[in-house]
Amino acid sequence: MHVRRSYIAYRTIVTKEVTRFMRIWVQTVLPPAISMALYFVIFGQLIGPRIGNMGGFTYVQYIAPGIIMMAIINSSYANVVSSFFGAKFQKHIEEMLVAPIPNFIILAGYITGGVVRGLVVGVVVTGVALFFTQLHITNFLVMGSVVLMTAILFSLGGFLNGVFATKFDDISIIPTFVLTPLTYLGGVFYSITLLPEFWQTVSRANPVLYMVNSFRYGILGVSDINIFTAFAIIILFIVALFAASLYVLNRGMGLKT
Amino acid sequence: MKALEIHGLRKTYANGLEALKGIDLEVNEGDFRALLGPNGAGKSTTIGIITSLVTKTAGTVLVFGKDIDTELEAAKSYIGLVPQEINFSQFESSLQIVVNQGGYYGVEKHLAYQHAEKYLKKLGLWEKRDHPSRTLSGGLKRRLMIARALVHEPKLLILDEPTAGVDVELRRSMWQFLKEINSQETTIVLTTHYLEEAESLCKDIAIIDKGEIIEDTSIKQLLSQLNIETFILDLRGSLRNPPAIDGYRIQLLDESTLEVDVSKDRSINELFKLLSEKHIEVLSMRNKANRLEELFLRLVENDSNRVGPEESKAEKINAR
Ligand SMILES: Nc1ncnc2c1ncn2[C@@H]1O[C@H](COP(=O)(O)OP(=O)(O)OP(=O)(O)O)[C@@H](O)[C@H]1O
Ligand SMILES: [Mg+2]
Repeated sequence: MHVRRSYIAYRTIVTKEVTRFMRIWVQTVLPPAISMALYFVIFGQLIGPRIGNMGGFTYVQYIAPGIIMMAIINSSYANVVSSFFGAKFQKHIEEMLVAPIPNFIILAGYITGGVVRGLVVGVVVTGVALFFTQLHITNFLVMGSVVLMTAILFSLGGFLNGVFATKFDDISIIPTFVLTPLTYLGGVFYSITLLPEFWQTVSRANPVLYMVNSFRYGILGVSDINIFTAFAIIILFIVALFAASLYVLNRGMGLKT
Repeated sequence: MKALEIHGLRKTYANGLEALKGIDLEVNEGDFRALLGPNGAGKSTTIGIITSLVTKTAGTVLVFGKDIDTELEAAKSYIGLVPQEINFSQFESSLQIVVNQGGYYGVEKHLAYQHAEKYLKKLGLWEKRDHPSRTLSGGLKRRLMIARALVHEPKLLILDEPTAGVDVELRRSMWQFLKEINSQETTIVLTTHYLEEAESLCKDIAIIDKGEIIEDTSIKQLLSQLNIETFILDLRGSLRNPPAIDGYRIQLLDESTLEVDVSKDRSINELFKLLSEKHIEVLSMRNKANRLEELFLRLVENDSNRVGPEESKAEKINAR
């Protein structure tokens, strides 16, 4: 492998990806800022005071990490799925496929693009959150690494969705029917200790739960889940999706005839 | 050194369609080779396989000695592709598209800009370098694809019908450009439906039909297979019926125009003498254009009623 050549290709893909979502920031960065602000107004300001404390914090403090996480999850996923499917649809993915780029570099380039968008949106939404509540970071390392891993994991998810999508409908089906339920049921708005035993167990099958709770741990210092278990599970998911993505890319699934 | 060696290449698409039935093709370094064939012959499939956009069913492809099965990246690095269909991002500018393609090939940024400027200027796109690509005219889009394919200065430039939908003037300027690129030692393989294009650009030609190479020879050689030349004669006065003259096939195109097939062992003097005897006065005469076109059609037709593979194609043409 030519290291320099691959590095230049990687840099080119990342620059292209970041330029893309920044150019259309009104569609990519602004909407999560607005909808998250609405969550804070409604659940934090209006309903929150009636709910009282959760996990030892005011409700708005408790949900803030979850809401930030939700924005990161949606943004990373959306970035890669729409960019990759768009490239397939307009066929300019061929520009990369004919070039001497190892597949894992293509994958890494798209994933980095998704992660950058996740981080940009994460920072913006955190800025919004600060209008409504105060956030003190308990464990910076946990918070930072869980953000990064979450963004990577959902970028990979978006990538797989983009590879298998054959029409525009396909890129909204998974977010609507899978991603949204998973995030809403992943402990963004509540502690799973509020659920009956049975549903607590079911919730543990949801990967989003581990991310939201680790992130909440990083900021507030509380979590429904053991933090090491959470990290192990997140890493496991990343490895699995990365392997799957590389496999479909190597096979040329959905890309080559 | 061979720029391209293809052996026993087969492709059966997922729907069962056998697009390539075992193709062999070799292109020497520095060649300018045309791949000619009717719609659906398998030209784009062949190019797709060489550039790894299509997976092959069987066979080998070597690009400057690098096998696409074992040294794919090396093979890819030699190739610049101009695909049949427009395939760049509608939102990016010409400059961005070309520079990014350079990046994918690992060209250093300053060099990519340098090359982009050079080729965008040469292809008359420099003024519009910052316009979104979707606002370019069809002809400019085609030229943008050529600039994009050249940004990493490939040793082998492959163009899939580069002049489809391009007007005559632009087509000629593209030909000029390609000749220039070829003279600087870039090997070129081009597919086309236009025989004029093949004739004016290439020395050698391969004809593909229904997934098989049915001719792979020089254009000169191909033309020499034609033992009949067709002439159009404009007459003074008018005729009702074509004159019957032994040894010449004569058709009446309209009342004062004749089309005459003259086989090579007959002289034209003789024809005129016989026409004079019949009091037919010829005002002017021209060679019927598109001889190659005719030949091509014959080859392709021939191929569809092929009896046995042993039979030489040249013989069949002569037999007609
Ligand atoms: N993805 C595909 N799936 C199934 N069949 C295909 C596919 N792509 C091409 N074909 C078929 O394979 C055959 C060869 O197609 P190809 O595009 O290689 O022809 P071509 O010589 O490039 O034609 P044209 O001059 O029209 O571009 C055609 O019959 C075509 O319908
Ligand atoms: Mg074609």
